[in-house]
Amino acid sequence: MTLARTASINLIGLSGEPIEIEVDVSNGLPAYSLLGLPDATLNESRDRIRAAILNSGKNWPNRKVTVSLSPAWLPKSGSAFDLPIALAILTASEQLKHSELEKAFYLGELSLEGNLRPVRGVLPTLIAARESGVKNVVVPRENFQEASLLSELNVFPFSKLNEVIRFLESGIKTENPTLIDVTKVVSNVDMSEVAGHFENKSALEVAASGGHNLLMIGAPGSGKTMLAERFPTILPPLDETEAIEVSGIHSIAGTLHDRNVLSTEPPFVAPHHSTTIPALVGGGSKYIKPGACSLAHRGVLFIDEAPECGAGILDALRQPMESGSITITRSALTTSFPARFILVLAANPCPCGRFAGRGRGCQCSSLQVRRYLGKMSGPLLDRVDIRLAVESPTRAELSSVENEDSATIRSRVIRSRKVAAKRFAPYSFKLNSQIPPNLLREHFRPTKEGMTILHSLLDQEVISARGFHRTIRLSWSIADLKGVTVPGKDEVEQALTLRSGMPGE
Amino acid sequence: MALNKIAAKLGEQGEDFVAKSLVSRGLRVLDRNWRIKEGEIDLVAQDCDGTIVFVEVKTRSSISHGDPLESISFDKAFRIQRLALAWLATHQRLGSRYRIDAAGILVTRAGEFLMDYREGVL
Repeated sequence: MTLARTASINLIGLSGEPIEIEVDVSNGLPAYSLLGLPDATLNESRDRIRAAILNSGKNWPNRKVTVSLSPAWLPKSGSAFDLPIALAILTASEQLKHSELEKAFYLGELSLEGNLRPVRGVLPTLIAARESGVKNVVVPRENFQEASLLSELNVFPFSKLNEVIRFLESGIKTENPTLIDVTKVVSNVDMSEVAGHFENKSALEVAASGGHNLLMIGAPGSGKTMLAERFPTILPPLDETEAIEVSGIHSIAGTLHDRNVLSTEPPFVAPHHSTTIPALVGGGSKYIKPGACSLAHRGVLFIDEAPECGAGILDALRQPMESGSITITRSALTTSFPARFILVLAANPCPCGRFAGRGRGCQCSSLQVRRYLGKMSGPLLDRVDIRLAVESPTRAELSSVENEDSATIRSRVIRSRKVAAKRFAPYSFKLNSQIPPNLLREHFRPTKEGMTILHSLLDQEVISARGFHRTIRLSWSIADLKGVTVPGKDEVEQALTLRSGMPGE
Repeated sequence: MALNKIAAKLGEQGEDFVAKSLVSRGLRVLDRNWRIKEGEIDLVAQDCDGTIVFVEVKTRSSISHGDPLESISFDKAFRIQRLALAWLATHQRLGSRYRIDAAGILVTRAGEFLMDYREGVL
């Protein structure tokens, strides 16, 4: 037999396409041609595969080797094809005789020594494999934990090309590596470490239960970052589907090693303010990588020093904030990544940072102060429901010992989200922050007293129409936390306070 | 003997070996080491059906630098094709059927010749 076939998966964004790999070994001059729009990594596969085959004690066929990856029109990338190509070459050159080669999918990069090296994006790749009806997959051992999350698949992990050959020839399988126990939440920070800030903590609680975006303004050192870092610890843990979804995105980005594969902890992503738009929303020409906002999917995207961000950078977040996903289009392909995150922005009140509290020592002119916060665009702030003025805790607050831990706060958040989910059961959204305006006015109105306050503020032009809607959404979250069925006067008033932390509206 | 002379001798031995094997298979050797400015054709033979066969012979005494045939790159193969056309033109044989073969000869330490012969490599 001079022709052999194997199969693998090519990943574009989060979706995978089954790829058929055909290898023909014919009697020409020794040559190797790889067909089917390979990228640079894939083109280099020849030298890796050749060395790996020789160093695994097999022979490289000194003949004309033609490798075709079909469908031919689809651009292919990555090193995961090394293993299937190597196996097909060995079969086509009659060094590996096994009829079951086509019954499995293969993934794995080869080292020159013949070892199998881990590849990126195994989780979404295998989800695609499962959808195309595959039962058996061969993966590098380092990817086993990730791969074994999909219980419907028979996953065979190996660490050497030789082991795969032996397995295919005789069915001898090396013992499965033991799975590391999945720990629930491995966060090393806790809300109880933050002294004082009682109002801010309860504001965070509201934000967590309703999924509201948040802006914190305060002097340097007042505790903005500390609060933000602990925000994910009060969010409800991810369920299994969500955890797999989040791990899948991190798997493509190659950042999975930072997370436990089945971690139920919501991700926390804090890009530096010098970030670029492609880094934030995702990009790349042939191999599209998810950006920070997709890595923060189902978690928190924290941008410190938000006004220092380049013009237009933060505004790139508006579309994913609206739709919960981001679609990236390049000449070669178009792909979508989910991006449903809670945005937390932190800012100094002015360039020098001292225009807080009584503004003592601030050297900035009023114009500078206004311009500084004005760098965050109106449409962006429009999507931020809560604005907090973060002030340094007082001496009494710093010495207080009664600080609630994250678990206690989280349990309240979970309860309030359950209440909301029940209420929104007939609709497609789950969180208070996602209630569409028309439903706010029809089905989800506060009580008459609550509405009276809002209407009078609207009449006096103290709040805008969008401020009006936002306040109602917030009041629902407050009501859910309190256990009130419909937000009344108190809840509306509290909601108004939560969004008044910033000069302007 | 200088190294290049050893190599030249090795090459000659290899070509002799290939020529003999062609004859034993019923081919007629028409030309050997046909050289013009652009390069050289190692062997020209004629098959029993009339096809003109141009053979590039590569001889090596060890595989430490890879298989002998590996050193024939596609560029080199194309050059041989141009030379082949030149040969045909010179001998008023343009239009006749031809093919290009490659022969890799490995000379073992015991002086044994191992041949890897590929027909129609281009």
